[in-house]
Amino acid sequence: MPQFDSTTFPSQLFWLAIILVLFFIAMRSNALPKIGGALEARRQKIDDDLDRAAGYREEAEAAMAAYEKALAEAAEEAHAIQREAAETIAAKAAERRSAVAARLADDTKAAEARIAAAKMPAIASLEDVAADVVQQAAAKLAGVKVSETDAKAAVKSVLKETG
Amino acid sequence: MAGPLEQFEIHPYIPIEIGGVDLSFSNSAAWMALATVTATAFLTLGARRRALVPGRMQLMAEMAYEFVANMIRDNVGDAGRRYFPYIFTLFMFILFGNLLGLIPGSFTYTSHIIVTAALAVTVIVAVTGIGFAKHGMHFFSFFVPKGVPAPMLLMMVPIEIISYLSRPVSLSIRLFANMMAGHTMIKVFAGFVVPLGAATLGLGGLAPIAMNVALTGFELLVAFLQAYVFTVLTCLYLNDALNLH
Repeated sequence: MPQFDSTTFPSQLFWLAIILVLFFIAMRSNALPKIGGALEARRQKIDDDLDRAAGYREEAEAAMAAYEKALAEAAEEAHAIQREAAETIAAKAAERRSAVAARLADDTKAAEARIAAAKMPAIASLEDVAADVVQQAAAKLAGVKVSETDAKAAVKSVLKETG
Repeated sequence: MAGPLEQFEIHPYIPIEIGGVDLSFSNSAAWMALATVTATAFLTLGARRRALVPGRMQLMAEMAYEFVANMIRDNVGDAGRRYFPYIFTLFMFILFGNLLGLIPGSFTYTSHIIVTAALAVTVIVAVTGIGFAKHGMHFFSFFVPKGVPAPMLLMMVPIEIISYLSRPVSLSIRLFANMMAGHTMIKVFAGFVVPLGAATLGLGGLAPIAMNVALTGFELLVAFLQAYVFTVLTCLYLNDALNLH
């Protein structure tokens, strides 16, 4: 077998050593850094893209949260405005109502006073008329002359009795 | 007709003799050079563009890279990462030697015991050196199996040492024998084609040709497999030296 021809060993070992060392240098200094660099760059790019995607998602979530917060705030504000308006309206209504009620009370009082004021002279003149009637009736029916003061006193006492 | 073993003969192309030693640049050296140049071209051309989305060549170069990188990671772990260029070089050298050897008329340097022995001895010496550099004299505890009673150690330690020393032998002979046997088989069947054909009006020659087609496919598998086996065993030995199982 040619493999056991030991005279070929030195030349094979010699060239094996040289070629293998050269091949190793070519691999380590050129081929492997290039391939490894490409793989690393790809991994880096994918990682970066994933990171960026995660960043965008966070941003979107933050925007969503801000939107929801703004929405809730707006709703609250609207409620507040509504409540305030309702309170203002209720207060104004109460004020008007009390003003109207006060005016009505005043009007009633004034009317009552006017009625009372009108009643006194009417009653007084009624007494005079009654006294006059008493005088004339007494003179004509009984022929008794009754003085004006006595007639008035009699009318007064009768009015008191009847209320 | 060339004999089945003639393909393994060494023919000097450029006769060189230094100090009475024949260092001729032979067909063996020429195919070593061709294989390494081819492998370098394959890898550097593939990685030339460094595209984000790799083309075919780049993908193959990256597959070769990651194949060896994964092999080291699985068998040695992170500590083996610094030996990646050496192991990758070894894998590529054997793989391309095996593959180019399948070209009809070529020479297969991995079918020579002196080449595979040199590779195997280099691996074992380097791995042993790494073991000593990392663990010092503690490295010898590798030969003392744990949990074995003392009397048994008298028997176990020599067995462990013999087993360790036979590693380069098995490593080199496995590759050499596989390559030589495959190429011899192909040649033997090829030798049947003309005699059988002559005896049967050419038809009989088809059977050994069909056989050789199948054998060539099988040898492609063997070429890859043996490069893988050699490399993976190197990784395992390196792991033993680094971690002293």
